[in-house]
Amino acid sequence: MSILIDEGSKFIIQGITGREAVTMAKELIDYGSKLVGGVTPGKKGREVHGVPVEDTVKAFTDNQKIDGSIIVVPPAFTTDAVMEALDAGIKLIVVVTERIPRKQVAQFVEFAQQQNARIIGPNCLGIISPGKSKMGGIGGSAEATKRAFVPGNIGIMSRSGGMTVEIANSLSSSGLGVSTAISIGGDVIIGSSYAELMPLFDQDNDTKGIAIYSEPGGRAEILLAEYVKKSNRKLPIVAFMAGKFMDAMPGMRFGHAGTIVEGKADTTEEKIIRMQEAGITVVERIEEIPMKLKELIS
Amino acid sequence: MRFYEYESKQVLKKFNITIPSGGIATNPDDAMKIHKELNCEVVIKSQVLSGGRMKAGGVKFSANYETTKKYTEEILALTINNLKPVCVIVEPKSGISQEYYAAITWDGVEKKPVLIFSDMGGIDIEEVAEKYPSHVSRTHLSNLKPIYDYSAKIAVSNVGITGKDLNSLSRMLKGLIDIFNKYDLTLAEINPIAKLNDGSFIALDGHMDMEAEARNYHQDLLTELNINKEDTRQSRPPTQFEIDGAAVDAQDTRGVAGNVTEFSGNLGLIIGAGGGSLTLFDAVTNAGGKPANYCEIGGNPSVKKTAELTKLIVSKPGVEKIAVMMNVVSNTRVDIVARGVIKGVIEAGFKPKDKITIFRIPGSWEEEGFKILNKYEVEYVDRTVSMYEAANISVKKMQEEQ
Amino acid sequence: MPNGMFINVIIQDKIKKNKELAKKIIEVCPVDIFELKDNELNTKEEFLDECTLCDLCINIVKDDSIIIKKLY
Repeated sequence: MSILIDEGSKFIIQGITGREAVTMAKELIDYGSKLVGGVTPGKKGREVHGVPVEDTVKAFTDNQKIDGSIIVVPPAFTTDAVMEALDAGIKLIVVVTERIPRKQVAQFVEFAQQQNARIIGPNCLGIISPGKSKMGGIGGSAEATKRAFVPGNIGIMSRSGGMTVEIANSLSSSGLGVSTAISIGGDVIIGSSYAELMPLFDQDNDTKGIAIYSEPGGRAEILLAEYVKKSNRKLPIVAFMAGKFMDAMPGMRFGHAGTIVEGKADTTEEKIIRMQEAGITVVERIEEIPMKLKELIS
Repeated sequence: MRFYEYESKQVLKKFNITIPSGGIATNPDDAMKIHKELNCEVVIKSQVLSGGRMKAGGVKFSANYETTKKYTEEILALTINNLKPVCVIVEPKSGISQEYYAAITWDGVEKKPVLIFSDMGGIDIEEVAEKYPSHVSRTHLSNLKPIYDYSAKIAVSNVGITGKDLNSLSRMLKGLIDIFNKYDLTLAEINPIAKLNDGSFIALDGHMDMEAEARNYHQDLLTELNINKEDTRQSRPPTQFEIDGAAVDAQDTRGVAGNVTEFSGNLGLIIGAGGGSLTLFDAVTNAGGKPANYCEIGGNPSVKKTAELTKLIVSKPGVEKIAVMMNVVSNTRVDIVARGVIKGVIEAGFKPKDKITIFRIPGSWEEEGFKILNKYEVEYVDRTVSMYEAANISVKKMQEEQ
Repeated sequence: MPNGMFINVIIQDKIKKNKELAKKIIEVCPVDIFELKDNELNTKEEFLDECTLCDLCINIVKDDSIIIKKLY
């Protein structure tokens, strides 16, 4: 099993004729994802790597069930694209675009909640259930993706797209594999943070352990710790914390928009303490993640 | 990006929130002139992007012109938390009967703005919330519905205020909400709101922060406030090295190669992307290395951009060698980065094999990249060597040299 | 003939004056390597090293009239 997407998931790309999106479409099709088409206003009738382009999302949803949409449009058009997808009844939306002001993000996230839909991102690489499907640029070309992501029973959640791949790579080189990996996005406000995705992993019997990449800034790690304390399943979780040097540099922004130390709760030190109190194992190096997970699962 | 108090107050005024009369001065004579016009006891406040002004001596009261001149001179020369003031505000000292606190900020957990209001203003709001919770109200605001006056009214009512004060304060808070929403602020704060002896309300101090991503949407306001593009308003002003890094990144729109932060060490870092850079910076520091900079490359930048960034870093005074490291890359190409880095080192007048301690970027097009590195005899490792181990190799090489 | 540090693009004389072909080649290159100079298809030295080895230009000429030469 896997969460969010599997071999049957059908989706579209909004902004499919853009340079990055064209490459992504090819990678997805090569990997075996069921990409049924894409939307770029004014480009109806074109094809991108054999899939049709429409002017509207409804042109797809009127005729068939679309499970998800990947948003790859410039920041100024992102909110409109997400709202259109939500209004058309799509329940899973991956927002790849970065540099969207958080007020707009909060708007479409709140609308998604009202529609019982789920947003992943913004500023993320998307979702992959290895061997089944991927949704977003995660892993790059089909070949590179297969090399880094081996099917298995570890779930990954990461605030960094690149580090999602790095972690998957360290798992596969130690003989472990991935059930579903989610690049959750690096912004201050994101559609789904660790604590909101953990219940899905908890319900997935094939996921036996969780690997997490975390950073300074925000409350995501602390909310995860609070969730874990209350959860019944107690899946083993191993977390890696980057950006320790930032603790001594309050107010400075490094890496993602969401990484800024403003108060004590934002520091890596405090987050590590809170996660450890909840029973989450925190490691010093990425390569310790597979070792610890093996120990905890057996 | 943070606004100075005098800028925040200009914004408040635009939304009909009463602020003290007075003005700003960049020298003692101008301060005295304002004092003369006001013709009453004044307060002189340092305009610096730092908290703790009062404690540091950046706020002083003055009853006569001579002390106004003296205090202004002192305050303008006073650095607070390593930051220099840009000017001082000279305002009338107000006769206050009570102080209140109001702020709107983002609640990342609820993913909504939250209006925080208290009838115990002027002091640390977190302390008030802890000791006197009934004196603080927290009211979440919808992202989708228009905000009506009643949200502000609830916030005021929830701390037990009624009568004429309820209406006056609600009006002021609604103005603050409108400002927060209109300008993509991450914080809009008035602390304190003062109730004057005549019963009217006035914003004595204001603090605003605009989201960096939203700057382009609000050019009109920034022009009105005379804030130019180079003025980043980070917690410390950018160094020349950092300004040069931003200029490299702005050369073309292909990928990212910039966002440098200056440190004082001897090992230049060409690292990426967001999360990878944080991980690698920690790894280098942990191994005992002394980074000369932080930086980010990603999104498959052009060869030229990577070369220019490399040149900037390798030519930085004090940099002995560089390390080139990233996580396993998907859309950034190993060969393109290798070309850029080698070109940059050569154009700066050095040999790649002498300057590059380690190249650890596994991922797309790595076979092609490794061919380039072989030709220039640069030491590289593939994905079987972790980011942490690569950092160790680099630091060890630096230590061997000494 | 302009040179890059990593990539050289060699255009055979026989196609240099074919304006129709030149137009297509200039359009297709994602990193702007080609230009029309004195009515002849030419390369811009400062862009040679940006070549992504996409082969789009080669696909247009379909033979060895354009050769991408790696200098490593």
